[in-house]
Amino acid sequence: MAFISRGFHGRRPSAGTKLPPGQYETTGFPVLSAGPTPRIRQDDWKLSVTTEAGKQHVWDWAGLMALPAESPTVDLHCVTKWSKFGTEWQGVSLDVLLADVETAAEHVLVTSYGGYTTNIPLADLVDGKAWIAYGYGGSDLAPEHGGPARLLVPHLYLWKSAKWVREIELRPSDVPGFWESAGYHNYGDPWREQRYQGD
Amino acid sequence: MARAAIPGRLGDRLRWRTAEVTGRRVESATAVTLTLDLPGWPGHLAGQHVDVRLTAEDGYSTQRSYSIASAPNGRSLDLTVQRTSGGEVSPYLVDELVPGDRLELRGPVGGWFVWRQQQTEPILLVAGGSGLVPLMCMVRAREAAGSRAPFRLLCAARTPSDLLYRSELRQGAPGLDTTYLYSREAPADSPRPPGRIAPEDLVRSGWPPDFEPTCYVCGPTAFVEKTAAYLVLLGHAPERVRTERFG
Ligand SMILES: Cc1cc2nc3c(=O)[nH]c(=O)nc-3n(C[C@H](O)[C@H](O)[C@H](O)COP(=O)(O)OP(=O)(O)OC[C@H]3O[C@@H](n4cnc5c(N)ncnc54)[C@H](O)[C@@H]3O)c2cc1C
Repeated sequence: MAFISRGFHGRRPSAGTKLPPGQYETTGFPVLSAGPTPRIRQDDWKLSVTTEAGKQHVWDWAGLMALPAESPTVDLHCVTKWSKFGTEWQGVSLDVLLADVETAAEHVLVTSYGGYTTNIPLADLVDGKAWIAYGYGGSDLAPEHGGPARLLVPHLYLWKSAKWVREIELRPSDVPGFWESAGYHNYGDPWREQRYQGD
Repeated sequence: MARAAIPGRLGDRLRWRTAEVTGRRVESATAVTLTLDLPGWPGHLAGQHVDVRLTAEDGYSTQRSYSIASAPNGRSLDLTVQRTSGGEVSPYLVDELVPGDRLELRGPVGGWFVWRQQQTEPILLVAGGSGLVPLMCMVRAREAAGSRAPFRLLCAARTPSDLLYRSELRQGAPGLDTTYLYSREAPADSPRPPGRIAPEDLVRSGWPPDFEPTCYVCGPTAFVEKTAAYLVLLGHAPERVRTERFG
């Protein structure tokens, strides 16, 4: 028998929006992070892609800015239950960054300034599904939202979109990241409500 | 940032359970504590939260997270909920639920923002508003475990009447220092004029960084952002500053 909360009516999402199960819509931009916000100057920022053979591809800020930019408009879904529709970003597609990288790896471990990590299948980072984002709504990305640059993988719960991204490591085997080793789901598809291990 | 391992029992933890509301206590003008009875509750660590799911008659349902306020105590669990005006879930929990009602939840969730009784280092707890809930759980768990770990608690609230757990905190506990930081209106005998949290508050009432305390900061995003940044500026290692934001 389905459970009913006595006297609960609820607020329905605005017409035309589709919410993943258990989520609610917010117009603010809440923040989720496990510790203090690291402050990284653009001049000190570097991003590396490391292959399973140990080969490193490194971009500094000027190098990132020299790459072709895109302006994706995407919906965000945070495991803490909020969803935000139609957010506008500026960044570089991972397809561009990975174009010259030779790899047979299927797994990726992303590491941030500050030590945060998250794991993602490589297939989820290519084919126009992921960006290194440095602009939000036409401005520089604020530090509390991951600036100077963060990963953006909007089809997965937002903890996969590592803020303050520093390294993308291509790996032959999967290894759980920070929240993934704390009981959160290894993949994190909001539409299948994969919040925690076993979901 | 260290790995955040959590104890097992995953399958059991993740199951949706039906709790019965057995008690309702008014904490302030805008907050109540609900006591829940949860047969088979696997226990929790101080700082963890549960996911609450509300379902309307037509099947529409939504979820929110709420921190656990009570120290592990068999199948009984306290949640303290602050009413957010215009909110979908908190006004229901605060104003509508009465003893005898049932509530769906699952958990406990979270393995990073926790205090374990094996920790012996000094602890700094900094709470903004209802961010006090998981930190109060740590204070209670410390006492329940007979821990001697030195705790310092900084409670920020708008006015004295917004403060949660007033009488319990006034009573205090050996080895626990509590400081109140009122932002809008302070009692007449308060040595500190009302105002937002400032680095001086953390210097005066926190721990020196070379004592290597673990710091837990919880509350609204802006409060947590500022406090965590001050702690790092004062010399606390970022990996010893754990944060939870109520969004
Ligand atoms: C890990 C975690 C632990 C938490 N622990 C606790 C806890 O112990 N105690 C606690 O009280 N809270 C806690 N929270 C916060 C809690 O989960 C909810 O976010 C909170 O209760 C608000 O939910 P709501 O449904 O009432 O508001 P929501 O409906 O989610 O509204 C969110 C915001 O939007 C505004 N808003 C919504 N609808 C409208 C509208 N129609 N018009 C104007 N403004 C609107 C609200 O004012 C509010 O600011 C925790 C959150 C997290 C992530």
